[in-house]
Amino acid sequence: MKDILSQLNPAFDHRNRLGIMSVLAVNDWVDYNTLKELLNLTDGNLASHLKPLEAQEYIEYRKQFVGRRPQTTYAATEKGKLAFRAHLDALEAMLKIGKDMED
Amino acid sequence: MNDTRQQLEHLAEMRSLMERSTRFLSLSGLSGVWAGLCALAGVFAVYQYLEIGPFAFQDSDLYYNKAIRTIKWGADYRSVFVLIATLVLAAALAGGVFFTTRKARIRGERVWDAASKRLLWAMAIPLFTGGLFGLALLYRGYVGFLAPSTLIFYGLALVSGSKFTLRDVEQLGMLEIGLGLLGTFFPGYGLALWAVGFGFLHIFYGAWMYWKYERTES
Repeated sequence: MKDILSQLNPAFDHRNRLGIMSVLAVNDWVDYNTLKELLNLTDGNLASHLKPLEAQEYIEYRKQFVGRRPQTTYAATEKGKLAFRAHLDALEAMLKIGKDMED
Repeated sequence: MNDTRQQLEHLAEMRSLMERSTRFLSLSGLSGVWAGLCALAGVFAVYQYLEIGPFAFQDSDLYYNKAIRTIKWGADYRSVFVLIATLVLAAALAGGVFFTTRKARIRGERVWDAASKRLLWAMAIPLFTGGLFGLALLYRGYVGFLAPSTLIFYGLALVSGSKFTLRDVEQLGMLEIGLGLLGTFFPGYGLALWAVGFGFLHIFYGAWMYWKYERTES
């Protein structure tokens, strides 16, 4: 159990960060406002969860102009996708053990 | 294990986020029921125009041979078919947009988002191809293949769009394709198969999807 717990990635230990990674894992590029609405977060809150993921290079962003308004879109990097998958595998293993112990 | 329960909650939420961000789930079953009713009204109009009934298969005249010779209401079959098809399409789309907007509002979601755009785009290519192909058939006089070809292309559009909306749409698409192919081998049944595919299947699937996903919401 200890062993598996150590494989859970601390970068993903918050549900909003898991949420961001979930959306980016199944979409190519997602703009800031769409993320905000999907996750039901405020501006500041979303930014504060994006930052650590950016720092880990799990996500990347690009800024472009749509008409005259600047738009930031986000995508998961290869590194981010791998880390997310590893985290999900660890979660799965953990839940399996949890279930076995209950049975 | 409190931790386990929390992780399970996270997983459920992640799953929902993945679904919501890729699939347009506000598609209303009532849109399907309405489209089916419009289609049946259209078929009824065509039967009136050709002065035949749905069970007149044994008639030595196949309905499309009859069509080519019919001039009624001051118009030949081409103009009448195009007019009826346009009216049916416009009515079906208007109702579809209405019921789907309504469902989105009830669910507190936007109608025009990345997922709905992707859904429309996935359907657009087969639909436009089929539309132009159908017009070509009509103007070249291959009327017998008109109804089956619209079923086939519409079915392909549904199968391609089903990746971006409720999964049940894929099954409906397969059935439409099947009916269309059947119609190409038995052209005399084309109109009847069209009524089944665009009319009854829409009503059936629409009602089923409404019952499955929306009953409790509204």
